[in-house]
Amino acid sequence: MATERSNLQDDVSLMTRHAATIEAPPRMRVGSLDAYFGSVHAVKGVDMQIRDRQVTAIIGPSGCGKSTFLRCLNRMHETVPTARVEGEVELDGRDIYARGVNAIAVRKHIGMVFQRPTPFPTMSIRDNVAAGLRVIDGAKWSRAETDQIVERALTRAVLWNEVKDRLSTSAIGLSGGQQQRLCIARALATEPTVLLLDEPTASLDPISTQAVEELVYELRSDMTIVIVTHNMQQAARVSDSTAFFLNGELVEMSDTSAIFTTPRDDRTEAYITGRFG
Amino acid sequence: MTLPDGRAVVEAREGDGATLSIHGAAIGDRVYTGAITFFALCVPLLLLAIAWEIGVAGWPTLHKFGFGFLTSSDWDPVKGEFGAAPAIYGTIVSSIIALVLATPLAIGVSLFLSELAPRWLRQPVGFLVDLLAAIPSVVYGLWGIFVLLPVLRDPVMPFLRDTLHLDKTGLFTGPAYGPSMLAAGIILAIMVLPYIASVSREVLLAVPRSQREAALALGATRWEAIWGAVLPYARSGIVGGVILGLGRALGETMAVTMLIGNRPEIAASLFAPGYTMASLLANEFSEASSDAHLSALMAVAFVLFVITLIVNGIARWLVWQVSRNTSGRTA
Repeated sequence: MATERSNLQDDVSLMTRHAATIEAPPRMRVGSLDAYFGSVHAVKGVDMQIRDRQVTAIIGPSGCGKSTFLRCLNRMHETVPTARVEGEVELDGRDIYARGVNAIAVRKHIGMVFQRPTPFPTMSIRDNVAAGLRVIDGAKWSRAETDQIVERALTRAVLWNEVKDRLSTSAIGLSGGQQQRLCIARALATEPTVLLLDEPTASLDPISTQAVEELVYELRSDMTIVIVTHNMQQAARVSDSTAFFLNGELVEMSDTSAIFTTPRDDRTEAYITGRFG
Repeated sequence: MTLPDGRAVVEAREGDGATLSIHGAAIGDRVYTGAITFFALCVPLLLLAIAWEIGVAGWPTLHKFGFGFLTSSDWDPVKGEFGAAPAIYGTIVSSIIALVLATPLAIGVSLFLSELAPRWLRQPVGFLVDLLAAIPSVVYGLWGIFVLLPVLRDPVMPFLRDTLHLDKTGLFTGPAYGPSMLAAGIILAIMVLPYIASVSREVLLAVPRSQREAALALGATRWEAIWGAVLPYARSGIVGGVILGLGRALGETMAVTMLIGNRPEIAASLFAPGYTMASLLANEFSEASSDAHLSALMAVAFVLFVITLIVNGIARWLVWQVSRNTSGRTA
């Protein structure tokens, strides 16, 4: 099954890819999710299925609740004062908002990368990547094992060749694009099953943006990715399915090719043809 | 329209007089630059004037006793013997005690106020902590005499010495009089706490939310996020706050004079009375009659001045060392 799926993913034909994903169970399932900031209703009754080993893009105009929705998926939303979440978010069939579920444990399985690169300025490149390892329960890695994990994460983030000779130097010596890939490597080091990207290229130049997009496309083969972007071309380039948000509601979600060619909803069509937003 | 100095303004707008208006603006700028440069130079000049004055006044003593002035423990104005070692020792030790006690407390308070406290509690508690800095020194001294010293005499000092057996360290031995290096250090700790806490709180609040979120998103607990991301980010600012507190502790006079016991001897035990340079000056300056005595006190003042300068220099260097590694950080 797994080999069949990866074989299929080598095929770029949308039809086969679509066929392969229909049979796969969703990695995450969102049920009537509402999110609030104080009295502001930021996300309204969203239902969504997020498929395994695919890139799901979330698009929409500024303030449509797409980032808030993303932050509900790994329980980061609740770290903001006055923020509140109602509804269900299931990871592999288990509700992460259920009583007794530890938000900190959830975040270890669902990694996140933010809009602006957030390297820890006092740490070296190596320590930045290893930062998440320290907080995994009961896990103790030797120095050599940590080095291996760091190398693997940096290689997956396509940063290893650029930084392998200066792992012990400060992370803030890197360019913005390198810092963002470092943050992706940091998220990958703990082997999350899902990776959430919140406008990861919003603060990057076009070349760095391309590097990150290629990376996202690569990572798809062994993990589930949800990417929020205000850039429709980016959604079209990197994602398998796309969800369009407007005023906190999920207007439409389907295959990326379908949503950009034959949107079902008038508002989606208006947005992707540039009539607003 | 014509300005008092005869320059025409209206013409400048209409004709080729653009240079006139440019000229006018430049004069205003020059006056402004000159004025603020003058103000800026006043402060370092004042500092140099003070240093020069006490240096000149203390020079006879420093010349006569040389290095021995710093190492000798004899202080006898009648015989004309002057050695400032006990006061120097007392100044440094009482300040170290103050920092050791105040720093963890201040960082704890500022962490609570910036990270953990509910919003409605932050303002009032922060205000009360800041208010500690507004209490006059002499009030601290009186509080020390009437509250702190009795509590130290019994039960704190006997508890440290006999129950915890800390007398073996040599730091907590001897009779528990009350007035002591420990009492001075404790009162100094309370006095410098608001300075360290205030600076630390500002620095912690300035740590970008993205740093906390980055740590939380990796699965860190709140404590791990504070310890691993927030405190390292803020550490150069916190060190700066501690140094500000140290500067206060070194020069504090009144409360220390009332609590330290004023005995010019070097004793290893913190229970023993001591002396500081500032309290030595406060006690003897008004009674100094001979020129030699006055000069000796000026020399003490000069040494205090130099020590403060050195400490601040080291502190600057420390802050620079720490912030050099974090410069160019992204917000």
